[in-house]
Parts: sequence; C-alpha cells; structure tokens
Amino acid sequence: MCLGVPALVIRVEGTEATVRIGAVEYQSSLLLLENVEVGDYILLHAGFAIEKIDTEDAEETIRLFNEISKMNEE
Amino acid sequence: MNPDRLRYIDEFRDSALVRHLSHQIGNISRKHIHLMEVCGGHTMAIHKNGLTDFLPDNINLLSGPGCPVCVSSQRFIDHAIVLGRLPGVILATYGDLIRVPGSRSSLEKEKAKGADIRIVYSVLDVLEIAKQNHKNQVVFIGIGFETTAPASAAAIVRAQAEGLKNFYLLSSHKVMPPALESLAAGDTRIDGFIAPGHVSAITGYRIYQKLSEVYKRGVVISGFEPADILQSVLMLVKQIELNHYHVENEYTRVVRPEGNPRALAIMNEVFITVDAEWRGLGVVPRSGLAIGEKYAAFDASLRFMVNVPESLPSKGCICGEILTGKSRPSDCRLFSSVCNPFNPVGACMVSSEGACSVFYKFRS
Amino acid sequence: MTGKTERISLNHGNGGIYMNRLITGMFLRFFENEYIREQTDSAILRVKAGHLAYTTDSFVIDPLFFPGGNIGSLAVCGTLNDLAVSGAKPEYLSAGFIIEEGFNVVQLTRIVKSMAMEARKAGVRIVTGDTKVVNAGKCDKLFINTSGIGTLEEKHLSIGSGRNVKSGDKIIINGSPGEHGMAIMQARKLFAFKTSLKSDCANLYPMIRRMLASSRQVHFMRDATRGGVATVLNEISRKCNAGIEIDETLMPVNNEVKAMCEILGFDPLYIANEGKVIAVVDANDAEKVVVAMKHSDTGRQAAIIGEITNDHPGKAVLKTSSGGRRIIDELMSDQLPRIC
Repeated sequence: MCLGVPALVIRVEGTEATVRIGAVEYQSSLLLLENVEVGDYILLHAGFAIEKIDTEDAEETIRLFNEISKMNEE
Repeated sequence: MNPDRLRYIDEFRDSALVRHLSHQIGNISRKHIHLMEVCGGHTMAIHKNGLTDFLPDNINLLSGPGCPVCVSSQRFIDHAIVLGRLPGVILATYGDLIRVPGSRSSLEKEKAKGADIRIVYSVLDVLEIAKQNHKNQVVFIGIGFETTAPASAAAIVRAQAEGLKNFYLLSSHKVMPPALESLAAGDTRIDGFIAPGHVSAITGYRIYQKLSEVYKRGVVISGFEPADILQSVLMLVKQIELNHYHVENEYTRVVRPEGNPRALAIMNEVFITVDAEWRGLGVVPRSGLAIGEKYAAFDASLRFMVNVPESLPSKGCICGEILTGKSRPSDCRLFSSVCNPFNPVGACMVSSEGACSVFYKFRS
Repeated sequence: MTGKTERISLNHGNGGIYMNRLITGMFLRFFENEYIREQTDSAILRVKAGHLAYTTDSFVIDPLFFPGGNIGSLAVCGTLNDLAVSGAKPEYLSAGFIIEEGFNVVQLTRIVKSMAMEARKAGVRIVTGDTKVVNAGKCDKLFINTSGIGTLEEKHLSIGSGRNVKSGDKIIINGSPGEHGMAIMQARKLFAFKTSLKSDCANLYPMIRRMLASSRQVHFMRDATRGGVATVLNEISRKCNAGIEIDETLMPVNNEVKAMCEILGFDPLYIANEGKVIAVVDANDAEKVVVAMKHSDTGRQAAIIGEITNDHPGKAVLKTSSGGRRIIDELMSDQLPRIC
C-alpha cells in the first residue's frame, strides 16, 4: 500500500505528466491530483501521482536532520 | 549535486541520523510499550533496514493487518481463479497477489496451466489491455487500501467515459479505520499506532481521531524511510511517556490534514462501503469497498455468475493472530518447517511484506 | 530478391541442400576459422598438457534483442565468462542452434554476426556446432547452446573450488548489479518506464586476466547471473562455510537501476547480471586487484564491498546504508512489481 516514490514533474499534458525519478522517466496519471505544475515533486504510486511533495517542508526537515546529526557527532 | 540522486529518499536514510534518533529514543523511553504498525510497507522497511536493532528492549513492535494481500480472504483468491478459468477472460493483477494461495491453487499456478494472467504496475495499463483485446473480458483484481482504491476508481470512471465494454474490477479493496478501531477496542496492549503514511496522504488525519480521542492510543502518521520510522517511534514514545495521546504527523512533506480531496471524491463516486471479511479479524463492518450502482456494469462479481467453491481452512495456520499482533511468526508451529516461502500455507508467508515472510527472510 | 521476408523452414534442418546452404552461407561464413571450415563431425584441437576447463550453457532469453546485446552476444560472453571466472583462458567454443520454423533470417544473421564479433574480439574460435529446426510452436523462436574449452594453469586450479577462502578475505565486485535484468524488463515493454539502461553483457576475461596477473591471492571467483549477486554470496558462504558481511554503502550503484528498484519494489541484489563477477581476494592484495580491474572497461566501477568473516558461517549479512543489518537471503522467486 505503500510503495510510493517522489518524482519530479518535467512535462504536463492534460491528465498525464512526464515525471522523473532520478534518470528514469514515466508517464504518470494526474487523474487523482489537481494543479500539478512543471517543477513540482509528486508522490508516484502504482502509476498515479497521489499527492504533491511539500518541498519546502522536506528541505526544512532535511536541514534540521542534518543539524541534529552533526551535533550528535561532535 | 548528482542529478541522478534520488531526492527526498536518500536524505532520510542517513546512518548518523538514524543513530541519533535511536539514542534519543533510548534516552526518553522508560515504559514497556507495544507499538503497532499497520502497513506492509512499514513492515518491510523496518526489517529491510534492521531497524529493530535501533530500538531499546522495552519497545515492542507489532505488525498489524496492514498488508492488503494478507488480509484478503482465501475466498477472494478462489473467486479470481474461477474467473481466470472462464474462456475469453484475461486477468490482470498487481504482482503482490500472484503467489497467494487460494484453497487449492494460486494465480501463479493457474498461469502455468495456461490461464491468461498479466501483471501490471498501474491499473491504467489494464484499460490498454482491454482496448487491445476487445474480444476478451478483462478483469482487474483490485486489492489495496485507500492508497490504491482511488486508482481503481479512476480507471472505472475513465472506462465509462471511453465507452469501454470489456473492463471489469473484482474488488477486495478495504478501508483502514474500522479495522484499526476494532484492533484498538480488542487489544489493550497496543499503546500506539505507527500510521500508514500513504493511506494518510489520501485520507488525511480524520480517520485516526477516534483512536486517540476514544481509545486513548497514540497515533503518529509515518513516512517509510528509516529516519521517518524512528522519528515516528520517538514521537509516539513521547506521547506515551507523557500520557498525552493525539494524532501527530511525522510525514508532513506528503500528508496534509485534509488528505487528497480529489482522490477521496473519485473513490466515493465509484465505491460504497460494505462489510468485508479480513483474514484474521473476521468480518469487519463497513470496511470493504464494493462498486456502487452507478458503475455496476464494471463489477466482475455481478457480470460473471460463477460458483466459488467452499474455502478450505488451513490447519494450524495462525495468520489471524499474527495479523492482529497477538502472536509472532515464531509462535506458529508451522513456521519454517512446514510454512515457508517455498511452500507458503498462509498469506502472511506468501506476501512479500507479510509478517512471516519478512521475519523469515530478514531474521538475523 | 523476392522482396518477401526470408524465413527458416524445416528444410533448413533436414540435412539436405537448404541446410547446407544455411551452414555455409551463415555459420561458416561468419564464424570463419580453420576448424569450422573443415566441417568435420568433430573439431580436432591441439591442447597443451595440463588442465582444461570445460563448460556449457543454454540461452533461451526473451526478447532476443535488447539494449546492450542479443541472445547471440549473451551466448558467447556467458560461456567465456564461465571459463574466465574459473581462472581459465577461453580457447574454443561450440554453438548449437534450435530454431523455430518461420524464424526470420535477417534476425538470425544479426545474431550470428554478433556471436562472430564477440568471439573474434575475445580471440576465441567457434569450431563446431549444430543446427536443428523444429515445427512452429515447439520452441520459442531460438534457443542457443554454447560450450567452451579453456586452458587452466596449475596456480589457478583452486579458484573454482574456493578452498583457499579464509576469514578476512575481501569481497570484490566489478560494477553495479542489476543492469541486465532491468534492461530485459525494459525491452519486454511490460511497464512504461523510459530509461537508458543497457545490459552489462560483456566478456570479462580481459579484466580477469589483469586480476590474476596482479595477484596470486585470488581465492575464488563466480559470475553473478540469474539470481543476482545475492545468490553468489549465498553460494560462497555455503560452499566455504563462511560468514559474509557486505557494506551497502560500498556497493557500486547504477542510478537508473536504483530508481527502478525503488519504484517497483525490487532489490538490486537479486536482479540478473551478465557482466558481473564476485571475487574473493586476500586482504593484503584486494586494493591491488581493484586497481588492476579498473584498467578494463568491465571493471571501471570495481570496489571492495565486504569480507569473509568467522561470524554467522553459512550466512551473508548486509549492513544497510542506514546502519542496520539484515540477512541476504536466497532468491525465492522472481521479483514482481508490488504496490506494498
């Protein structure tokens, strides 16, 4: 239920978007997600974009995590 | 930065971070507690990354009925097999289901005997199969919770819009809340739930409200990388140590409080909730998704009147207790010697993220 | 030129004129060497005194053509590699063909030309062969069997058995696992992903020759084909009754393989390869061997990925990138795309 992968939207064509996971490309369906734009990151599950990744939140979390790890190592 | 790096995955696998979270958990965790995860993806992630090594002994991780394959009844597989034997029928399924044993056979065995059974990554691929094989009846075997049910719904809506007349769904889709509440009501050991991140991406937070407000259990919605899971455990431990139970979201980068309204709308457009049999839990009221009247033409269980033979219960199989966290795989007398990945008896062993399969493969 | 697609018929396998034409016009023409020219029932070969390595393999792949190769290049490289990982110098090959009636001659020509090219590049001769044509439906287009003979020096005799493998030895791989299997999946067009993945099908002998020249302490080698790296690691730990520890952070990674595995829920350690070798080398020589490997095209990403240990004999354990550990179990069944 859970295999979902963050993917970058590089093209939007109607109800489909070309997304990239690393260097792999896929035509994902947008039937379940609205207002998707090029440059968005979406969560790809079983061929569908099921949610947008809040990249600001993700970057903030990663930044916090990095700080924490560094603190711990010192 | 390497353009091929997997963004928003690799950063959450950092070993220093994992160690740090592990220390934090060890520092504040005092009570002896039981945490249940209810998602096959979490079961897999925990064992694949050896995360139990990072938890102190006083935290016990239970694996719940979160594997849609494991909780699908034997009868459902038998039903699919019967359909697959009908002349002119092409079955399509996600890979998870292919080896699950029914009473007497499995989809894999049927395929070897000549049934036309195809594995797909996306349900939309099945619409293509239907278009390319207009003389055949194409049946998609639908399993999965709220993460995957909207996809099946979207496929049906599209099939109708395109006037496709040979596409059907045999649904064993289920929804989580009734099962979770049944667990919380029935098992007082469970102190907190590691809630499924991708189900939650669709449903939002509301489905867990009752667990914390009525049943007084901690709930943390968790992502699937090692750092996500340990962070979620940390958040649950804090709740439990403080006796302050509520619904929290660790997976904020994906899960919104309201979920995905469009996916929910499509799901509700096509499906109605019905009572459903969960292997291990018995019949759970209003926990299954069946195709509603508007799209009844796509319902495989209505289109094909078949006799599904009586299911044969497997003797000694305690999948039910394992699925509800009451027993461990090692408690089952069939485990390993009789029931193993080469010769699976119950669904917990067959499914690649079933508790028994994961325990067998990743034990160390 | 009739303009019709030329196809193999049952006549091409019946020992008569058409078969003779096929043999001379196709096989002899492209495999050209002094042995096969003779068209004797057996190729008569001169060998030095000592040991011979002898191996055979059959190839039944679908699809026949895929990014990075075809059934022909596989058939040659696969057998060359089986010889090379035993420490032998490949010398001669045989090639047997079972062709389904109706098979496209242009495709067959491409395949045979690939085999000839791989053999020529490797300095190896295809000296004998066989052709059978079966009724339509009795085989899946084309099956090829190749067997190979190589010469084996005394000092390399122990490599195949692994009897010198000991605790502390390092485990080396020449590149990233999973490329062949994922390229095949791509070629089957089952799932609509776009990648630039190519099979890693290649002759490993040039690289292995350098490895053996750089060190006398290569204790074991095996190529990782079906079942992937995980299968070889388990074979080693069972055969040598040794424990194996692999560090995931040291494993070379093909980023496209990694991405596909994340999407479909696969583990790259279980995916098929056609150009990967696992070597077990004494700790003192391991770095030297890796340097030697990197001089070859097939070894540019060579790396030490783990070691043999006294702990948990018979089991291979992986330390994951997040620091946790798990057992690398044996392959049970083919991986299939999951939703969970």
